[in-house]
Amino acid sequence: MAEKLLKTFNVRHLQVLDDTGKADSRLMPRLSARQLVELYGLMVLCRRFDEKALSLQRQGRLGTYASVLGQEASQIGAAYALGKADWVFPTYRDASILIVRKQPMVRVLQYFGGDERGSIPAEGVNNFPISIPVGTQGLHAVGAGMAATVQKKKFAALACFGDGATSEGDMNEAFNFAGVFKAPVIFLCQNNQYAISVPVKRQTAAETIAQKAIAFGFEGIQVDGNDVLAVYSATAAALKKAYAGKGPTLIECLTYRIQNHTTSDDASKYRSAAEVELWKKKDPVARMRKFLERKKLWDNRKEAELAAKVERQVSEAVSEYEAVPKPEVDDIFKYQYEELPGFLRRQMDDYKNLVEGK
Amino acid sequence: MVEMNLIQAVNSGLKCAMEGDASVVVLGEDVGMDGGVFRATEGLLKKFGPARVMDTPLAESGIVGVAIGMAVAGLRPVPEIQFSGFLYMAYGQLVNHAARVRNRSRGKFTCPLVVRTPYSGGIRALEHHSESLEAIYAHVPGLKVVIPSSPYDAKGLLISAIKGNDPVVFMEPSRLYRAVKEEVPEGSYTVPIGKAKIVKEGSQITVISWGSMLQQTRLALNHTNVDVELIDLRTLKPLDVETIITSVKKTGRCVIVQEAPRTGGFASEIIALVNEQAIFSLKAPVARVTGFDTIFPLYKLEDHYLPSTERIINAIEATANY
Ligand SMILES: Cc1ncc(C[n+]2csc(CCOP(=O)(O)OP(=O)(O)O)c2C)c(N)n1
Repeated sequence: MAEKLLKTFNVRHLQVLDDTGKADSRLMPRLSARQLVELYGLMVLCRRFDEKALSLQRQGRLGTYASVLGQEASQIGAAYALGKADWVFPTYRDASILIVRKQPMVRVLQYFGGDERGSIPAEGVNNFPISIPVGTQGLHAVGAGMAATVQKKKFAALACFGDGATSEGDMNEAFNFAGVFKAPVIFLCQNNQYAISVPVKRQTAAETIAQKAIAFGFEGIQVDGNDVLAVYSATAAALKKAYAGKGPTLIECLTYRIQNHTTSDDASKYRSAAEVELWKKKDPVARMRKFLERKKLWDNRKEAELAAKVERQVSEAVSEYEAVPKPEVDDIFKYQYEELPGFLRRQMDDYKNLVEGK
Repeated sequence: MVEMNLIQAVNSGLKCAMEGDASVVVLGEDVGMDGGVFRATEGLLKKFGPARVMDTPLAESGIVGVAIGMAVAGLRPVPEIQFSGFLYMAYGQLVNHAARVRNRSRGKFTCPLVVRTPYSGGIRALEHHSESLEAIYAHVPGLKVVIPSSPYDAKGLLISAIKGNDPVVFMEPSRLYRAVKEEVPEGSYTVPIGKAKIVKEGSQITVISWGSMLQQTRLALNHTNVDVELIDLRTLKPLDVETIITSVKKTGRCVIVQEAPRTGGFASEIIALVNEQAIFSLKAPVARVTGFDTIFPLYKLEDHYLPSTERIINAIEATANY
C-alpha cells in the first residue's frame, strides 16, 4: 500500500502579440501579408457593424442587441481559421463570427430587429442559427462532429459559448461526449469575465476554464483573447488536430466585454469604470493595427481607405435592412412542420380573415 | 399603503417574507449584485447579505436542484429563473423531484420552494423570452401553479406561496411588470392560493383569464355592451373549480382567454370541467381565445400572435349572441 502522485497538469497560455503589437516571431502563425491585412480589415468592419447596431438600437430601429466590442479578436481569429465545410454553432454574442462566416450583415440586423428571416443561413457555409439558451448548442456541435466521423467526412465543428455557459449541465455533457467520442470539435469559450452581472469567479472555483478540458480527457489551452493571431493560431492547430482524428480542444479566450451585457443591461451596477478602462487599453483592433504598422503593412492612408470602405458596406446593409418589408402573417405558421396541418391552417386562415376584415 | 407596480410588489413580497422568516433564501442568476434583470430582487443583497441572497452559477437545473436540497434540509428557497423559457432546463428536477418529495417520503419530507419566473410576450425580446407554457407545469402532479395579474395579488400570493409547504411555480407576467400601479400594503399579508377572484360581476357571460391576458381582457370589456362576469384564476393549480362552475351556471355562457398556444392549453381543462359540471346550464358552446399553435414569433410579428382586443370582443359577442 502506498500513496503516489498519479497526475499533475499544466495549462498553457498563448500570446503572439503583446499589448504594443509586437509579435513573438517563434509563435507567428503562417499567414501571408494579404491575410494579415484581411484579418485586420474584418476586425474594423465588424467593429463598425457593432457600433452601428448599438446606435440603431438606441434610436429604436433595432431590438435587443449583444455587443461584441472588445471581443473582436476572439471571434474573428477563430472564424477566420475555419473552412467552409466546418460547422459553427453561434450564440447571440457572435455577430462578428457570423459576419466572417459570410452571413450577410443585413440578416444579422434583421435577426436583432425581430425578423426570423435574419436567421436564414448564408449559402455555402455551415452556420447553425443563433442559440439563445446558454450552453445548449455545445452538444449540437459535438453531434455535428460525430456526424463527420460517422460519414468519414473532413469537417469539424466550432462550439461558441461564454464563461457563464461553462456552468450549464449541457455544456459539461458536451465536453464529456466530445472526449468519449473523440469528436472533431473546437470549444471556443469567450471568457469575457461576466455572465450579465456575475463575474467568472462565481461561475467556477477553477482558476482557468481551459483546465476543465483536462478532466474530460482532452486538451485545453488559454489564449490572449484580445490577440487575434493567438486565437487564430490556437484554432488552426485545434482544427488540424480535429481533422486528423485526434479529438476535441477547448480554447479559452481571455477577453473582456467592454459594453453592457446587452442593450437592456446597465453594467455600471456591478463593475467599476476603472476596470473597463483597464481593458480598453488592451483593445484588440488597435493592437493588430500596431502590429501591421510595425511590419510596414499599414499606414494612415490605408486606414482612411478602409474606414471609408467599411462605412459604405455597413451603411448599405443598414439601408437594405430598413427597406425589407415586414414579414407576412403566414411566416408565423409556415415553418412549424414540413406541411401545414389542417388545424394550423385553420388558425392561420381565421386570423387572416379577421385582419383583412373579411 | 403605497403605489406599486407588479415588479415592486414582488420585491416587497420577497422582502416581507425574508424579514418574517430567516429560513427564506433567494437564489438565481443575477439576483444579488444586479438585483435581477427585471429588478425583482433589488436591495435584497444589501439588506439580507450574501448567505441569503445568492448569485449562482448560470445553471437552471442546478438552481432548482440545490433549492430542492435546501428545502428538504430546512430552508424555504425562492429560486428565480430569469425567463420561463429557461425553466425547461430545470424541468427534470421539478418533475422528478420537487413535485414528488412529499409523496416519495410518504409525507415525511416536504419541498417548500417557490420558483419565480417571468413569462409572457409583448416585450420585444429575443427568442425564448416570450412564452406562456403554464400548462406544462399545471399538468405535473405535485406542483402548484400560481399566476398573479395585479400588484396586490402578486405580493399576497407570493407570500402565501413562500409560507406554504409544497413546491410552487410562480409565473409573473413580464408584460405587466410596469404596466399598472395600485395601492399595496407595505407590510406582510397573504392572498390565498387556490382561490379565484371575481374581478367584475355580471349576468350574461363568464369570461375567465389569468396573468398576462387579464388586463387586456378587462380593457376589452369597455368595448362591448355584454354584461360580463370576469374571473381572474390567480391559481391554476389547485384550481378554484367552485367559483368557475357557480359563475357558468349563473350566466350559461363562457369564454376563456389565454395567451398560451391552443392545443393542450389550460383553457382546455376549464372547458372539460364546465362540460362535466355545468353542461346543462350552457346556452352556447364555450369559446376560447388563445395564442396560435406555433412557436412564439420574434418581435416583428408578436402583435399578431398575442390575442388582440378585437379577438376577445368577437368571442364574447359571438358567444353572447349565439
Ligand atoms: C439557459 C439560459 N439561462 C439564462 C439565460 C439568460 N442569459 C442570457 S445571456 C446570460 C449570460 C451569459 O453569459 P456567458 O455565457 O458568459 O456569455 P456572454 O453573454 O458573456 O457572452 C444569461 C444568464 C439564457 N439565455 N439561457
